[in-house]
Amino acid sequence: MSEQISQVMDADDIRRALTRIAHEITEKNRGAERLGLVGIRSKGAPIADRLAALIEQIEGTKVPSGALDISLYRDDFNTRQPSVGRTEIPFDVNGRTIILVDEVIYTGRTVRCALDALMDMGRPSAIQLAVLIDRGHRELPIRPDYVGKNLPTAHKEMVDVHLQEMDGEDKVYIVKHDK
Amino acid sequence: MALKRKDILGLQDMSAEEIELILETALSFKDVLGREIKKVPTLRGRSVVTLFYEPSTRTRTSFELAAKILSADTSSISPSTSAVVKGESLKDTVLTLQAMKPDAFIIRHQASGAPGFVANLVNASVINAGDGMHEHPSQALLDMMTILEKKKQISGLTVAIVGDILHSRVARSNMWGLTKLGAKVRFVGPRTLIPPEARNLPVEVYTDLEEGLKGVDVVNVLRIQLERMKKGLFPTTREYFNLFGVTKERLKAAKEDSIVLHPGPMNRGVEISSEVADCEESMVTTQVTNGVAVRMAMLYLLIGGAQDAAIN
Repeated sequence: MSEQISQVMDADDIRRALTRIAHEITEKNRGAERLGLVGIRSKGAPIADRLAALIEQIEGTKVPSGALDISLYRDDFNTRQPSVGRTEIPFDVNGRTIILVDEVIYTGRTVRCALDALMDMGRPSAIQLAVLIDRGHRELPIRPDYVGKNLPTAHKEMVDVHLQEMDGEDKVYIVKHDK
Repeated sequence: MALKRKDILGLQDMSAEEIELILETALSFKDVLGREIKKVPTLRGRSVVTLFYEPSTRTRTSFELAAKILSADTSSISPSTSAVVKGESLKDTVLTLQAMKPDAFIIRHQASGAPGFVANLVNASVINAGDGMHEHPSQALLDMMTILEKKKQISGLTVAIVGDILHSRVARSNMWGLTKLGAKVRFVGPRTLIPPEARNLPVEVYTDLEEGLKGVDVVNVLRIQLERMKKGLFPTTREYFNLFGVTKERLKAAKEDSIVLHPGPMNRGVEISSEVADCEESMVTTQVTNGVAVRMAMLYLLIGGAQDAAIN
């Protein structure tokens, strides 16, 4: 089984996409009041932190950010038993507009889990979704509000996002497995 | 990550990796306890039966709550209100319940080895909630979690277990768990309450309290079971308190940042002074909270996901 790896985004592409998303967030929400960023573990979390920093640069307002572990809400328990990570959301979600952040959206099931988890923590006034990559193939009626890049892919392919904070580089790859 | 085993019967036959996995998972589950809605759908559709042949407040409630927070269904059997009163054997009780397809049994029994006996009879997972004088794994795990939270790591610590070691399953489970994770364990108590086989166990034995507490990081105080008095193992509770009661004065021998644990229920003025029980270094209430988190972790790792799930 061989692997074909092609790079589709480099560090500058990622930076520009996140800058644009930060601007879009402040445009849609008319500022940064009552916002809260929640990154879905594990790669959504550093992206949420970066967006928080960018929004602070744009609006001068500090927006709190946290990380959500959804392993307890997964719907695929028949095939996986994931390790449980920490949820650290150091602010009250009640009454805030929460921007959920993930690096890739695919079937939409992860986002569904995140919505369930957030609702169990309180009652946000609204939830919006920001993703770096939308690779298509939704299985649920869930759509992102902010997209870094649309990347149509085949089921056999995998989108691999590398982030400085965890992988030492900012790059997005498409990995194709050939049998 | 999963525990590749059907049952948790004791810490003696578990590896350090398995113990660390449970502790790490428990730390994550503790977050859920701090939320307003203490419910996650993780074990939805699973059922858990608790079978407590000995009385219990903490352990039983803790296991039941742990299962319920994870959305599992629970039912609870105690012998006094069951067919055990009519003479039904443990084997028949368990086989009958197994026919109702539970995913796990949680058993406390006065006979050492009873949970192991049950584990061989049923396909369901079996968790030992305390058997005779043998083991009480969930207690030791929550003790270790409490130590881990305060001391950041267990390896290299010295832990004194003080009191009626002879009859204590808590002492034995703690000894196995702590030594596997690299801590040094001391058994401290009157000679009549230290088991003779301690000389073959990985512990240091002290029959003088102050010597035993010198320089320790953790003091785990065991309950003196007042019924032991009638067997002549010590003269009176007052004399026990005078010689082996853990008081503020005696604690000075331990390290300055030492912590005090007690599995509960406490006999204030016998094995522990009220002053120590309520002091800042006493982790008793934290232990109870951690107990729920640890039991959630045990249930999740045993019956969460498919039994033969691939590890991703």
